[in-house]
Amino acid sequence: MAYNDEDDYLMLSGIQHFQFCKRQWALIHIEQQWEENVKTIEGQYLHRNADQPFTREKRGDKLVVRAMSVKSHELKMSGICDVVEFVQDSRGVEINGAEGKYLVFPVEYKRGKPKTDESDVLQLAAQAICLEEMLLCEVQMGFIFYQELKHRVEVSLTDDVKQKVRSVVAEMHDYYKRGHTPKVKTGPFCKNCSLHSICLPSLMTKRTVRSYIEGKIRDEASS
Amino acid sequence: MKRLLNTLYVTQPDIYLSLDGDNIVLLKEQEKVGRLPLHNLESIVAFGYTGASPALMGYCAERNIAITFMTMSGRFLARVIGQSKGNVVLRKKQYLISADESLSVKTARNFIIGKIYNHKWIIERMTRDYPLRINVAEFKEISGQLSSIILDVRACEDLERLRGLEGQAAFSYNKALGQMILQQTDDFYFRSRSRRPPLDNMNAMLSLAYTLLANDMAAALEAVGLDAYVGFLHRDRPGRASLALDVMEELRGVYADKFVLTLINKKIVNKDDFYTKENGAVLMTDEARKKFLAAWQNKKQEKIEHPYLGEKISWGLVPHAQALLLARYLRGDLDEYPPFLWK
Repeated sequence: MAYNDEDDYLMLSGIQHFQFCKRQWALIHIEQQWEENVKTIEGQYLHRNADQPFTREKRGDKLVVRAMSVKSHELKMSGICDVVEFVQDSRGVEINGAEGKYLVFPVEYKRGKPKTDESDVLQLAAQAICLEEMLLCEVQMGFIFYQELKHRVEVSLTDDVKQKVRSVVAEMHDYYKRGHTPKVKTGPFCKNCSLHSICLPSLMTKRTVRSYIEGKIRDEASS
Repeated sequence: MKRLLNTLYVTQPDIYLSLDGDNIVLLKEQEKVGRLPLHNLESIVAFGYTGASPALMGYCAERNIAITFMTMSGRFLARVIGQSKGNVVLRKKQYLISADESLSVKTARNFIIGKIYNHKWIIERMTRDYPLRINVAEFKEISGQLSSIILDVRACEDLERLRGLEGQAAFSYNKALGQMILQQTDDFYFRSRSRRPPLDNMNAMLSLAYTLLANDMAAALEAVGLDAYVGFLHRDRPGRASLALDVMEELRGVYADKFVLTLINKKIVNKDDFYTKENGAVLMTDEARKKFLAAWQNKKQEKIEHPYLGEKISWGLVPHAQALLLARYLRGDLDEYPPFLWK
């Protein structure tokens, strides 16, 4: 890869945008466009709880850490884990500032309920890859807490899922390097997109500008 | 499309603008004279020597609310712009095209097609609406000339020649513009464009309308991540918002000229609204400027169907829509820049 600067690492949370719509991801992460809507504000509100980097809770054999910055040189990605839980277990690894050995479980907070696509799972798996690289451990499981369900869902982080992450991330890097915002198929999901008014999805199916202009000015000549 | 919010025009020169929570507070000699929630505002335009607190400017910069300072006579002084919106890739593309005349002309000619097309249809509408008041034969002839110039512009591959064609079209249109003044013809007339200073009532109003439009255009371009100062038709000149002037070409007639004509023809303004200085410079009175701005704000709320997007939007959002379409063209979503072709 031509760039190795960590400033150029992609944002982990972008995986979710990318799965929702490649164009949405490109608008946010390549073109740096962002527009707030009700959903993004709700999302921020939800994350206020998780976003407390200086607290570390001890609950029995469990250590709960919030807002942990993670990155992976392999994925060339960085981001923040809402919550990482460390559970004391002899099969685990040693971690900084705590006695004993621990297993590592990322926990991601989401507004809404489980989605039909894999976006949340892939994002969690990408966090797992970061944690594995930073802690030299294996992360086989994580959780996603859904606000609407008010409880967490267990997610198995298999090698297959992690492999999928690697191939999706490679595709993201390819767009990013080219600075390319892809055109995409539009659909009902466009209505739920916070970037609807910037993307102008209707442009994807519009006739060419050439025929628009020439249609108008030929009318003139004949009238 | 986004929602059109309000613009706050501050026309008294001794008002200080400050921030309190999420509100703008207007102070006159330390006394509160007004208070408005900022989330309803799209921009703030202050005329005369007004001050604004850094806190307010910071708040507005963060939220994309444009603050513009003008002289009392409506000449542009300064605009507060926040951190330029990311989008380096878009700007680089813009600079690349701007640096190359043969690429620039392909976009520039579409601005001019828009301008001439809209001028033509202003003229055509007049022949339809006032056949008994105007010289229909002459108007039809001018309209025919504009039609044929549009076809030449469409095929034009050279910026210098494009400017020539634009001049030719402007000459024809200006002949009709004066004849579209149908009321108060002793006090309002148009012979040619005069500015710095405007020398008649019509030119005084055109100047203000163009300034307001250029300002909205510049703010819209910056908001979608483009650099309002780097143009394709207007070449770079320090301090000139060339791209704003470029995109504005297509809106001059249909937005500003028609607006000014309406003020005269509906007798919303009259001769008492103007003041002539010793050197012939014509100024609008404070009262007149207030009427003008109130009417301008109403015009912005009027709905229109966007000819390319096919969406109903308000006139006030047209600059934003064109800025957005230009950005999308530069990013490769569209085969050409679609001008706003009004009918």
